[in-house]
Amino acid sequence: MTELLQQLVNGLSLGAVYALIALGYTMIYGVLRFINFAHADVFMVGGFVGLYLAPHVPGGGTVLGGLLVLFGAMIGCALLGMGIERLAYRPLRGAPTLNVLITAIGVSLFLQAGGQLVFGAAPRPFPAVFPTGTITFGPLEFSTNQLLVIAVAGGLIVALELLVYRTRMGAALRAVSQNPKAARLMGINNDVVIRWTFALGSALAGAGGVLYAVNYPSVDPLMGVMPGLKAFVAAIVGGIGSIPGAALGGLLLGMVETVVAGSPYSTYKDAIAFALLIVFLLFRPAGILGRARVEKV
Amino acid sequence: MSKPLLGLLLALGAAAGLSAFSDRIDPYHLDVLIGLGINIILAVSLNLISGHTGQFSLGHAGFMAVGAYAAAAVTLFLGPRLIPDAAPGGFQENALFLGALLSAGLAAALAGLLVGIPSLRLRGDYLALVTLGFGEIIRVLLQNFEPLGGALGLNGIPPYTTVFWVVASAALAIYVVGCLVRSTYGLGFMAVRDDEIASSAVGIDPARYKVVAFVIGAFFAGIAGGLFGHFKMTITPSGFDFTRSIEIVVMVILGGLGNTFGVILAAILLTLLPEFLRPVAEYRLVLYAVLLVALMLLRPRGLFNFRLGRRVSSS
Repeated sequence: MTELLQQLVNGLSLGAVYALIALGYTMIYGVLRFINFAHADVFMVGGFVGLYLAPHVPGGGTVLGGLLVLFGAMIGCALLGMGIERLAYRPLRGAPTLNVLITAIGVSLFLQAGGQLVFGAAPRPFPAVFPTGTITFGPLEFSTNQLLVIAVAGGLIVALELLVYRTRMGAALRAVSQNPKAARLMGINNDVVIRWTFALGSALAGAGGVLYAVNYPSVDPLMGVMPGLKAFVAAIVGGIGSIPGAALGGLLLGMVETVVAGSPYSTYKDAIAFALLIVFLLFRPAGILGRARVEKV
Repeated sequence: MSKPLLGLLLALGAAAGLSAFSDRIDPYHLDVLIGLGINIILAVSLNLISGHTGQFSLGHAGFMAVGAYAAAAVTLFLGPRLIPDAAPGGFQENALFLGALLSAGLAAALAGLLVGIPSLRLRGDYLALVTLGFGEIIRVLLQNFEPLGGALGLNGIPPYTTVFWVVASAALAIYVVGCLVRSTYGLGFMAVRDDEIASSAVGIDPARYKVVAFVIGAFFAGIAGGLFGHFKMTITPSGFDFTRSIEIVVMVILGGLGNTFGVILAAILLTLLPEFLRPVAEYRLVLYAVLLVALMLLRPRGLFNFRLGRRVSSS
């Protein structure tokens, strides 16, 4: 029982990171209807921005210093996301989905290969930007990192929820994702909304990158590939286009994966996510919280 | 005799001719030629799935892996029992390799059937994800399957792949795919690609065409895998990862979806390019990526889209 609870806490901290990445996927899918494969690599860049910022930020190793590093990575990634949208995706507005998808794969490969050139291919140790220690709670043991990851991710998800449901920009975002044409007729500038969505989603991915790196603790140019794919699985499992769904899917996937990793079948943990994906796509393609879309001829 | 069949026979003759002189060809050139042939088979077979039938697949390396492992298993585990004392390069050995390649193709075709079934319900990017997931699952399963070497892979595969086998297989793949898509039956593939709803309205079953495309495409990818394994003499699960699938996708996109001739040209270009770019090998992937994005922005219908032969619809 104790072990299961311990695993659940571990799963929660992994799932929180998946949820952060999944949110970006789901938001971008909501407004542009395509899978932004490059999102996983924005996550990786977030980790590296954190790595380079860490020595220059005052109060390293404290909660405040850690939050500053996190904030810096979020800003860096937001700029990167907006740049990618402007250069690669905007010229393809209205092009067939396949072309946009391939462009996304191209951008993803570019960030990976470029990352290997700029940052070097070898994994680099990530400094402890948050205070380290362990807290014992009865028979359970948490590292402060895990708790911070869960708390920060939870806070960001709540902030996003408020942004999307309580602000004018959030209303515009929801309008564009429901019906881009009608939104434009209502005087919404779709390009601005899409740019803003990319900034927001990429910032969350950047935060996810730093939190993942803090937990892990190392960064490398290909570190985004697996968490990125899994976060996308989480977005689909939760129901793509649904913000609470992405958070739920991320947490679920993190838990399932941690439980499998703790079992004798631990070497299959990478396959579990994809098996889950295929099962969901076959039997409930709309995901847990998504609504089935009826296709009209 | 029909023109394509004549072409096939000529190619087979050329393959036999080449193999007769293969002793005199520089081994480096021979290696490049074999790699070229394998990539052509992969690109042409993926073109049937993605180009002609319009089903975007990101798991082609998975089919290749199934084929490579199946073929290696036949020659490594069955070979010594069936032909314990075969002369190197003799008839028995070639017959064994033919059997290995066929079982590679059949095993991969079976995998193609498994992947094709979800495609009955899914389309577009969802299907792309399932194929991607499939490729990753294959890799993880192979990594954990100790009888086939686990994460270390299989070593000591006999070097049966010769220029003849590669050129002959590539010619056969081009012939089969080319004739198939030109046939009356094959028009169904393009109908499914252009408009699923309209094609089912005129009595074409999109599901069946998609599955057939996956099975045939996977069959040839499996053969390419078998050739690859017996060429490199060692295979590991990580050699058939997502990046490998993407490489094949890039060939098809670069050549122009559904343009067999262009896809062959692209496969040749992308195989030779790294050979010429060896001094700047570390920039190869960046170049790939830039090429892909630039292509989608500037020439979304493929680099070699010269409107040869029939005009394709502009959708």
